[in-house]
Amino acid sequence: MKFLSDNALERLRDGAELPDLSGTRYRLLERVARGGMGVVYAAEDEKLQRRVALKVLDVPGTESDLANRLLREACVLARLEHPGIVPVHDVGTLADGRVFYTMKFVEGQRLDQHIQSVNSVPDRLRLFLRICDAVGFAHARGVLHRDLKPANIMVGPFGEVLVMDWGLAKLLRAETSNAACGTDSDATVLEQPRQSGHSNDSKEVSVVTGHGTVMGTPGYMSPEQARGDVEHLDARSDIYSLGSLFQFMLTGQPEKASASAPRFPDKSLEAICAKATATIPAERYPSVQELALDVSRYLDGLAVGAHPETFLEKTARFYRRYRFFILLIAAYLAMRVLILVFMRR
Amino acid sequence: MKQGDEQQGGDRFPPTRRSVIEAVRSIDAEERERALEALCAAYWKPVYKYVRLRWNRPADDAQDLTQGFFAELLERELLDKFDATKSRLRTYLRLCVDSFVMNQDKAGCRVKRGGNVLHVALDFSTAEGELSGAVMDPASIPSPESLEEFFEKEWVRSLFSLAVEDLQKLCEERERNRTFRIFEAYDLEGNEKISYDQLAAEYGIPVTDVTNALAWARREFRKLALDRLRELCGSEEEFQREARAAFGWDAK
Repeated sequence: MKFLSDNALERLRDGAELPDLSGTRYRLLERVARGGMGVVYAAEDEKLQRRVALKVLDVPGTESDLANRLLREACVLARLEHPGIVPVHDVGTLADGRVFYTMKFVEGQRLDQHIQSVNSVPDRLRLFLRICDAVGFAHARGVLHRDLKPANIMVGPFGEVLVMDWGLAKLLRAETSNAACGTDSDATVLEQPRQSGHSNDSKEVSVVTGHGTVMGTPGYMSPEQARGDVEHLDARSDIYSLGSLFQFMLTGQPEKASASAPRFPDKSLEAICAKATATIPAERYPSVQELALDVSRYLDGLAVGAHPETFLEKTARFYRRYRFFILLIAAYLAMRVLILVFMRR
Repeated sequence: MKQGDEQQGGDRFPPTRRSVIEAVRSIDAEERERALEALCAAYWKPVYKYVRLRWNRPADDAQDLTQGFFAELLERELLDKFDATKSRLRTYLRLCVDSFVMNQDKAGCRVKRGGNVLHVALDFSTAEGELSGAVMDPASIPSPESLEEFFEKEWVRSLFSLAVEDLQKLCEERERNRTFRIFEAYDLEGNEKISYDQLAAEYGIPVTDVTNALAWARREFRKLALDRLRELCGSEEEFQREARAAFGWDAK
């Protein structure tokens, strides 16, 4: 038996990782990222002469839990045709037995990287509204994302927002499920941030609870999801994650991820976040649309439903909203006073 | 899925052999023997090196203990107690080795050799040579705390070596000896400086042929290694876990 050096072992591992694309219309270009389930490559669709993203499992076999998850993810994506959700092109099994699917190749930055270049609060809120739009659409189609976090949101070069990684998605309604998509398992996967606490450093870990195996990302996952209470998850679980995302976008910290209290630019925004991330689901926004409506109202200078205002706050908001007219009238009145004083002399 | 299956030929993954865990429990003596041979082929080197380092045994003793361990594995039907849902096979075997060596120490007796139980040729001199530092980096000889990792690495080395042997046989059968030599030169000999251009010049072929030869060999190597691995696993879940561990997919 030939002795294999450590260097040879590494070379063999690297070489064995590459998917066998023989017999397909795709040509491998480069490795893009590694996730908990497998690897994402950039590939060229030789028939259509376009670049696609190819997501492929590490291990062969179509019957494993991971294969079922990947197939279900592809099925979920196929039914969610929305500008904010990455479209799937193809699904199948490679010659080496590995399940794969191809999707649109998204160029851009992850939200956690992109947000650093967005300085204005209104611009950040408008970005958040586009995320809400995609998630709300999925909810309307009976699909929960269950793993909303900055690393799973891509922002394109023209500001387009794409919600990625639907591998943990849960189908809410029976009519939206079918045999090809497989059954929705009670098991989910828990993604835990590494020591830095940043979502982009998260690692997939499974945790078994009394209800089943838990999933999501601490800091972004709702309390009921963290308990593994999978049967009772509904849209409000994603709303909790959106609330955490909202907090991250405005303060740089996900919900309850750090000891220090996050500093919001405004009390109304803090109240919106608090309502979205309430521990009891019934106290959260009943739908993503309601959450988005409150954010829109804030952007329009209106009172938000999550925050009952005091008289002073109402006055301050009124001033902020009509500052131009108030200053114009004040200037006019000041002029009149000056003219009257001058004429009396 | 249907479209993909038809298009990509999902059936091309080779049919798996029966797991050694199942086979070793078979009532058929021949099947049991074959299973033990497969197990022994994959694990004897890691076991031998582990006994040498973990238990600090001289080469002669370690050879006896290694052979004795595999003999006992069969005689005492230790694999019957293995539960794939509770642990990995290699972890179970490592613990069995520890227990076996400790029992031998307590009994104060010299272990019996595998004798007529083992039919796999155990080339201890090669294994000893690898440990001596001639081919193995002395810095990689483990500290006592990292012996578990060492055992795992040696298991991967052993598994990959068997798959390379399988690949060599496959290349001979298909008259692709040059392909194997290219694979050997580029991937196995660990020469960082060698390039596709050099190999193409050496064999007088276009660079694209070198690329294709390496792609084919790596693909076949992967299939053969996974096939070997599947044989050594007791369940699909264990196979998935072990494949990720062997190929380092969890660590990347």
